[in-house]
Amino acid sequence: MAACVEIRGAGRTYASERGPVVALRGVDLDVREGEFLALLGPSGCGKSTLLRCIAGLDRASEGEVRLRGRPVEEPPEGLGMVFQRDVLVDWRSIRDNVLLAAEFQGLARRDHAARADALLARFGLGAFADRRPWELSGGMRQRAAICRALLCEPAILLMDEPFGALDAMTRDDLNVELARIQQDGGRTVAFVTHSIPEAVYLADRVAVMSPGPGRVVEVIDVDLPRPRPLALRESPEFARHVRAIRALFARLGVAKD
Amino acid sequence: MAGSRAEAGQGILATLGVLAGLLLLWEVAVRVLAPPPILLPAPSAIAVELADAPRYFLRHAAFTLWTTLAGFALSVVLGVALAVAIVASRWADRVVTTILVVLNSLPKVALAPLFVIWMGTGAEPKIAIAVMLAIFSIVADVALGLRSVDPEAIALARVHRAGAWRILWKLRLPNALPALFVGMKVSISFALVGAIVGEFVGGSSGLGHVILVAQGQFDTVRVFAALVVLGVVGTLLFYLVEFAERLAIPWHVSQR
Repeated sequence: MAACVEIRGAGRTYASERGPVVALRGVDLDVREGEFLALLGPSGCGKSTLLRCIAGLDRASEGEVRLRGRPVEEPPEGLGMVFQRDVLVDWRSIRDNVLLAAEFQGLARRDHAARADALLARFGLGAFADRRPWELSGGMRQRAAICRALLCEPAILLMDEPFGALDAMTRDDLNVELARIQQDGGRTVAFVTHSIPEAVYLADRVAVMSPGPGRVVEVIDVDLPRPRPLALRESPEFARHVRAIRALFARLGVAKD
Repeated sequence: MAGSRAEAGQGILATLGVLAGLLLLWEVAVRVLAPPPILLPAPSAIAVELADAPRYFLRHAAFTLWTTLAGFALSVVLGVALAVAIVASRWADRVVTTILVVLNSLPKVALAPLFVIWMGTGAEPKIAIAVMLAIFSIVADVALGLRSVDPEAIALARVHRAGAWRILWKLRLPNALPALFVGMKVSISFALVGAIVGEFVGGSSGLGHVILVAQGQFDTVRVFAALVVLGVVGTLLFYLVEFAERLAIPWHVSQR
């Protein structure tokens, strides 16, 4: 499969009062077209920094990040991004929050209104399009944020611990929905998480990262068949993947056996 | 701000009740203690004074109202523009903020005569002084509102390739609206103070002028009557801004 994102020798060093801090060093990684790639690791392993470098929100201080062949220097066209917080603005209705993605790009609202409503309906928010964000639950708000990221048909969807702030049940729901939309659209997704089961459930490949300095240690193929029902998480194959990754973290000294 | 209409009605009733009680106390005290009317007139005498010449007070109140509102409107427009400049450029931040701080630390009463020399005795110097007093809180509050946008919202805008203007229009300005109204509530009262200060220094219109002339004639009843009108105008202006706030930002936490 062709690479959507190519990362070669990427590093990121921040200046701080106590000297330079290496957040990321020597990362070589591809995000293939149409795949679901999880960036998995504990806090401080640079997974969010890596995602922000792909998004063009941050710039690698060494090496190179390319999206479809073009070096990423500032946010490229065709991105969708979901953050840990939903970042919905209170002064807009849910529909208008979704349309903000188009408005930021200077695109006409009327060309995207139908798609916004279709997306909201697909995520079970059809009846809430005219509500304000504060009237919705955390899970519904994050669904709206995903609709906003998908509005302009992004070539790649970047997700930075999008379900980290949600309760376990809502998180399960959204995992299922995300797996479904990724498969339907054949969409490329790069997904940051620190949950091993979440990474295994969602991803085609898991990039295991380690801190001090942040780097990619290993990329693991998850060959579980799709579609993946939630019950798959109780299967022996699933457990085998989780165990392998946990053992890897244990060898790296970032998790206990 | 939350609460049922019945609760709000009860609040108004209680306020009016306390006010009526205080007036009654004042009336009784004046009748019993009988101070010279030049020191303290009775509320009833003030009411008679107002009822005798309603058009006189209305005319002067209208002038004060117009200079206040003009000064307030200019403060809002200029204040928002300056706040945008301050937030947009570090250079503007240093220069504009320093100038504003210097101007704000000068007592406006001391500047008023200068404005009369420059602009004459019409409405202009009053409006100018009102702006000098009212603009500071607008600039300070709006600048804070423009700055305190969630950094992740800015990141989201940048991911969708929004430039500085679009971020200003779609995120910073709406985000600053609640702060703008905080500033406006302070600034509307300051604009009224500025207008009155202007009227004290020169001219022949406005409630400030009425008070000054009545004082010269030791007409204490008229001074009090003008103060009552001034109090009513000031209170109405404040609630007008609050009403506008409720219409403009129904989405804000303070209004829900």
